[in-house]
Amino acid sequence: MKPGMKIILNNREEFFEGDQMTVTELLAAKNFTFKMLVVKINAELVRRHEYEKRMVTDGDEVMVLHLITGG
Amino acid sequence: MSANLPEQISNYLSRFTVGIAGCGGLGSNCAVALARCGVGKLIIADFDIVTSRNLNRQYYFHDQIGRLKVHALRENILRINPDVTVKAFDMKLCVSDVVELFAGCDVIVEAFDKAEMKHMIIETVHLQLPGKYLVTGIGMAGWGNSDLIHCRTSGNLIVCGDEVSEVSDTLPVLAPRVGLVANMQANEVLNILLKDFTPEAGNEAKH
Repeated sequence: MKPGMKIILNNREEFFEGDQMTVTELLAAKNFTFKMLVVKINAELVRRHEYEKRMVTDGDEVMVLHLITGG
Repeated sequence: MSANLPEQISNYLSRFTVGIAGCGGLGSNCAVALARCGVGKLIIADFDIVTSRNLNRQYYFHDQIGRLKVHALRENILRINPDVTVKAFDMKLCVSDVVELFAGCDVIVEAFDKAEMKHMIIETVHLQLPGKYLVTGIGMAGWGNSDLIHCRTSGNLIVCGDEVSEVSDTLPVLAPRVGLVANMQANEVLNILLKDFTPEAGNEAKH
C-alpha cells in the first residue's frame, strides 16, 4: 500500500500521497491560488512566510480561508 | 421573584464588552442585535461617514447622511437600549489600534469591508491577542442562496458567511444577505458569551 495521509481540510476529509507535505504544496495541490489567504493548522495560524516550511501531516485539521471583500 | 428569561439573559450579558471593527453593513447590524440583547459595552470603530448609498443595507437613517458612522451608530444604539455603554472611535484601524482598543473585549467582531483589513485583524488577533474570540464575516454579496451561508470554527476564530460571494459591480451587498451574516455573527457572539449562563429556577411560568 502506498503511504498516504488523511487530513481534515475545511471540515472535509482529504487524502494525499506521502506522509507529509508543506503548506505551499497543499495549496498547489488544491489549486488555492488566491492571494488573500488565512491558513490554520490545528487552530494555529500559519503565516505566509512559513508556508514553505510548515508541514502538514496525517491527522491535521487545516483551515484555508479565502478573504474576500464585502461587508 | 426571578426575572423572566430574556431579562435574565440581558442582565447576564451586561457584564460583557464586545468590540466591533467596522460599522458598515456587518458592523452596524451586528452591533444593533447585540445592543438589543443587552451586551453591556460596545466598542465601535470606523473612519467613514454615512452616505445615501449606505442606506440599502446599513443601520442608519436618511437624516444621518453626512455624519460619522460611529456617532450615528452610537445614537441609534442608545435609542434602542440606553443601558448600553458605547465607546465610539473615529479612526481607520491599524495593528496597534486593534490591540489597544480591543484587548479588553470578551469578543471581537470583524466587520470590515476590505479583504486586506480582514486579513490584518485575523493575523493581529491570533498573534497579539491569543485566546481572544474573533467572529468574522466573509462572503455575503448578492441575493438568494441563503443556504450557502454557514458558520465554521477553528480555535477561537469563527467564520460566518458563504466565503465565496465577493462584492463587485455586478454583485452588490444588499440588506437581506448582509443582515443574515451580521446577525449570524451576533448569534455566535451570544453563543460565546452565554456558554456559562444558567437560567434561574422558577422562571418557567413567566415567559
